[in-house]
Amino acid sequence: MAVLVVADHDNTHLRDNTHKTVTAALALSPDVDVLVTGQGVAGVAAEAAKIKGVRKVLTAESEALGKHIAEAVSGAVVPLMAGYDAVLAPATSDGKNFAPRVAALLDVAPISEILEVVDPETFVRPIYAGNALETVRSSDAKKVITVRATAFKATEEGGSAPVEAVDPGPGAPRTRFVSDEIVKSDRPELAAAKIVVSGGRAMGSAEEFHRVIEPLADKLGAAVGASRAAVDAGYAPNDYQVGQTGKVVAPQLYIAIGISGAIQHLAGMKDSKVIVAINKDGDAPIFQVADYGLVADYKTAVPELMTALAAAGK
Amino acid sequence: MKVLVPVKRVIDYNVKARVKSDQTGVDLANVKMSMNPFCEIAVEEAVRLHEKGAASEVVVISIGPIQAQETIRTALAMGAERGLLIQTDADPEPLEVAKLLAAVAKAEEPGLILMGKQAIDGDNNAVGQMLSALLGWPQATFASKVELADKTVRVTREVDGGLQTLELDLPAVVTADLRLNEPRYASLPNIMKAKRKTIDIKTPDDFGCLAEGHLKVVKVTEPAKRVAGVKVENAAELVTKLKTEAGVI
Repeated sequence: MAVLVVADHDNTHLRDNTHKTVTAALALSPDVDVLVTGQGVAGVAAEAAKIKGVRKVLTAESEALGKHIAEAVSGAVVPLMAGYDAVLAPATSDGKNFAPRVAALLDVAPISEILEVVDPETFVRPIYAGNALETVRSSDAKKVITVRATAFKATEEGGSAPVEAVDPGPGAPRTRFVSDEIVKSDRPELAAAKIVVSGGRAMGSAEEFHRVIEPLADKLGAAVGASRAAVDAGYAPNDYQVGQTGKVVAPQLYIAIGISGAIQHLAGMKDSKVIVAINKDGDAPIFQVADYGLVADYKTAVPELMTALAAAGK
Repeated sequence: MKVLVPVKRVIDYNVKARVKSDQTGVDLANVKMSMNPFCEIAVEEAVRLHEKGAASEVVVISIGPIQAQETIRTALAMGAERGLLIQTDADPEPLEVAKLLAAVAKAEEPGLILMGKQAIDGDNNAVGQMLSALLGWPQATFASKVELADKTVRVTREVDGGLQTLELDLPAVVTADLRLNEPRYASLPNIMKAKRKTIDIKTPDDFGCLAEGHLKVVKVTEPAKRVAGVKVENAAELVTKLKTEAGVI
């Protein structure tokens, strides 16, 4: 059996999610091809060709694919599925957008956001905001799977797969791209960062969130996250949100500041290697998952932390 | 223009799901059930479109047990005009739900289907996209803004890293994200009025859809628990531990 992985990228660079999805794909079959759908993606395809274990890289290019329009992506993927037994994509906003369409068009059940490949038919996935894990066996001849990338290790580089162009499909004639508003940041991307500093509702205002959380994140070279409560209150933009309704992260170090630890937030960060919680309420549920807890008001604790980091050479 | 809003009855947002000891699923006996929060946002948006005059009628549909009538009734109290229940005690998979909804859409001919991006029980995030693919209608998922015109709908979507705005030809399928709106609480007069609104009850057979079951649930388990660690006295001790003990900075 052969498996197709649909690459995650921004038309310029391949994202690490692709490498992690290739790892999941290799658990299904040794024959893994990567499809890059986009526009002007020669550079991305060259990066994908270097992933160890990849047999072949396919590129499909059109204007609609360059904007990641779901109808266009599924239109490019479905005809290719004659030659594959499974297609995998990372469970990013793009992956979630097109994968179920591919499943519907193939008349199979999609398998969303898998955490583990038990065998080529059987997968573990989170349900109820990660409060339960469901092991499902698929009886479909062709499988359509999205992968929670943080649950898999990235494959190494060192491959040299050939690249070939394929038919981009019919595009999306009834869907028009209007505009993108992508937040530009020098900080690492939240889902891929080694360190994440997150702020909660205790910040009290957007100004305070910027003043407290961002300098600490920059000192550590970390990405900035936020709890849903902080996002709902307007202290931080939605794409900062860590949790079941936002992003799921698993960095080496996760620092939660003024976050109580609602179930829905924990679902988004509990797989981090080391968790630090700073909260003035010693009974906050966040301390039940924290490796290191500091019961203190962030107003004094964060400046002290900045000083201690500076003293430690950070 | 008619707007169709599919809604799902799920475990209440504030209740913690508990896994059954025999690992066959999550215990739903005597647990508070409510409308899926993302469905509630979709209903609110449809009702607002109706109030602005952009939509002529809001029809709510649910697939589930007889108690799902209560979920439909909640939507009627929020301002929807009419309900349809496809009654089944089976727990249909997203593919079956999408096929049933596609059959309903062909019969009802709405200009727009507005629905939640995912249900908080199965967390599949799939039905809207599958419905769009089955109908061959354009899709816009994860909507944070919906502007409805005569022949098109402009949707701002929450995507990784920011926002994307698309314009779709109608009819189309749009799925709601968290920040699209804040759903209203139904007023007492509207709750009373909703009791007189019509809910048709049908079965999957009426739409010629049979549950096939492509996925078999082998088991449902609890995730591994994290153990609470240590409390530190101050920031300096924290930095020392992170550096020497954990080795993460």
